[in-house]
Amino acid sequence: MPQKIPADSVGYVTPQAIEFTEPLALACGRTLDAYRLMIETYGTLNKEASNAILICHALSGHHHAAGYHEGDTKPGWWDSAIGPGKVIDTNKFFVVALNNLGGCHGSSGPNQTDPATGKPYGPDFPLMTVTDWVESQARLADRLGVHQWAAIIGGSLGGMQALQWAISYPDRLRHCVVIASAAKLSAQNIAFNEVARQAISKDPCFHKGRYYDFNDVPRTGLMLARMVGHITYLSDDGMRDKFGREMKTGKLMFDFNPQFEVESYLQYQGERFSTSFDANTYLLMTKALDYFDPAAEAHHDLSEALAHVQAKFMLVSFTTDWRFSPERSREILDALIDAGKDVSYAEVDAPQGHDAFLLPIPRYMDIFKAYMSRVAADTPDATSSTSNLTESNDAR
Amino acid sequence: MRADLDIIREWISPSTRVLDLGCGDGELLHHLIEQKKVTGYGLEIDHTNITTCISRGVNVIEKNIDEGLATLQDGSFDSVIMTQALQVMNHPDLIVEEMLRIGKECIVTFPNFGHWRARFYLAFRGQMPVSKFLPYTWYNTPNIHFCTFKDFEKLCLDHNIRILNRTVVDNEHRDRWWNHLWPNMLGEIAIYRITR
Repeated sequence: MPQKIPADSVGYVTPQAIEFTEPLALACGRTLDAYRLMIETYGTLNKEASNAILICHALSGHHHAAGYHEGDTKPGWWDSAIGPGKVIDTNKFFVVALNNLGGCHGSSGPNQTDPATGKPYGPDFPLMTVTDWVESQARLADRLGVHQWAAIIGGSLGGMQALQWAISYPDRLRHCVVIASAAKLSAQNIAFNEVARQAISKDPCFHKGRYYDFNDVPRTGLMLARMVGHITYLSDDGMRDKFGREMKTGKLMFDFNPQFEVESYLQYQGERFSTSFDANTYLLMTKALDYFDPAAEAHHDLSEALAHVQAKFMLVSFTTDWRFSPERSREILDALIDAGKDVSYAEVDAPQGHDAFLLPIPRYMDIFKAYMSRVAADTPDATSSTSNLTESNDAR
Repeated sequence: MRADLDIIREWISPSTRVLDLGCGDGELLHHLIEQKKVTGYGLEIDHTNITTCISRGVNVIEKNIDEGLATLQDGSFDSVIMTQALQVMNHPDLIVEEMLRIGKECIVTFPNFGHWRARFYLAFRGQMPVSKFLPYTWYNTPNIHFCTFKDFEKLCLDHNIRILNRTVVDNEHRDRWWNHLWPNMLGEIAIYRITR
């Protein structure tokens, strides 16, 4: 654990497992009879239940968005943005983060036990869509007593969920913050996902997704998938700045071992990922990305799909992000303008590529903070949420 | 509020859809939203202004207007406004055409380079006019397309643009009676309401 918990951290947090027994009908035609969602919450829900914010995670995210788990040295994946006094201010808001269905961090998913068989679901876990996730999150909202979210916030695949929420449940959110996302993936983007999936499924250790039964892990496949993904999350300039042509070995070795810094960095990232993430979940998450296309049900007209949206939107993109480029955000922007909806849009100049959405880049944080002050101003009786904060931290 | 914005406010009907090109810190739109219940968006490029717009709840879109407005639909706004930005555009004529395509009517304000002080400066000093109001020198000015009232009216004539209203204020944005006597000589800021 860190030497000292920073003052603007939510502190130690404990995840909760929430069980659902009402069957969930899925887009694929199948049904999940019962399922579990792992969640974490930060801050306190006010009496009116009007100050709740839902954080939707991206491909490899989970419910641990902020604070520290006992024994951990690193905080949650979006700790830079969530905490007391931070952009998503836990003194004002009750923040909910979850691990989506099909994930591999404790929510029902391929690596969890199928109650019907007593064995891991593996490849039998149904393919999830963004719409399915939104349905499961709506039930979570019901369980938490939140009828209307003050805001739903997500980056990348998380932004898709926020967007789908505004379409599926127009009156259940006041603000929708969609960061570095898209209303549908481009062919190029799907192509990268397919390379990742092929790398995993062609690994001999994959065993058609039943590697748990063989006590095996398709480590090489997962590593390759992550390496390809990682390259697309960085920008050309960003990689040049970070690695250049620096060599670990100091000179050319005339062999095929990693020599350039960038090679060993990617291998390290890939290997680390392959020991902490589930291969079936990776397949499932990339498929959910590929399938997302809310306009498809509205004559391929995104503004028609957004016609009933009530939430106010904030869209952010990053100039060097080529995996979820500013053009993709502008497609959402143009459709919202066509539909006459409230929307603001900022294009942040940052060299970090798609990764930028997770980083505390000053201008990004300024814009985000300004927008969250509007979210707070639009929260009925926002003042009553400030009490009992420390108490709730202890209670968790 | 600046007098030119005050005049523009009078020309905007309640509950209409407004687009403000180069909306600055969102002062005008904020006022129109509060007082006239308009809906709409501001386009802006300055980072500080964008953050201010977001803070005050004005829909703002980060966009360089010089890149064009092709994604905005024909006739999709009741009014398209551009205050004090025409002279910084790369192609003022094209932007005016685009405004008229997107909006049912348009409001344009710009500094009048035909004002006597500018004429006097150039005539007697032999240098490009510099003033408190237009403090830049010729090589670093963002104002690359100055025009006079007469010039703008010629543009309207050449492009079949109908002028609905026109008025002038001084550079403190005050509406003085003498500005109207000889606008091209005495008016410092031109305000035009135009349509197709």
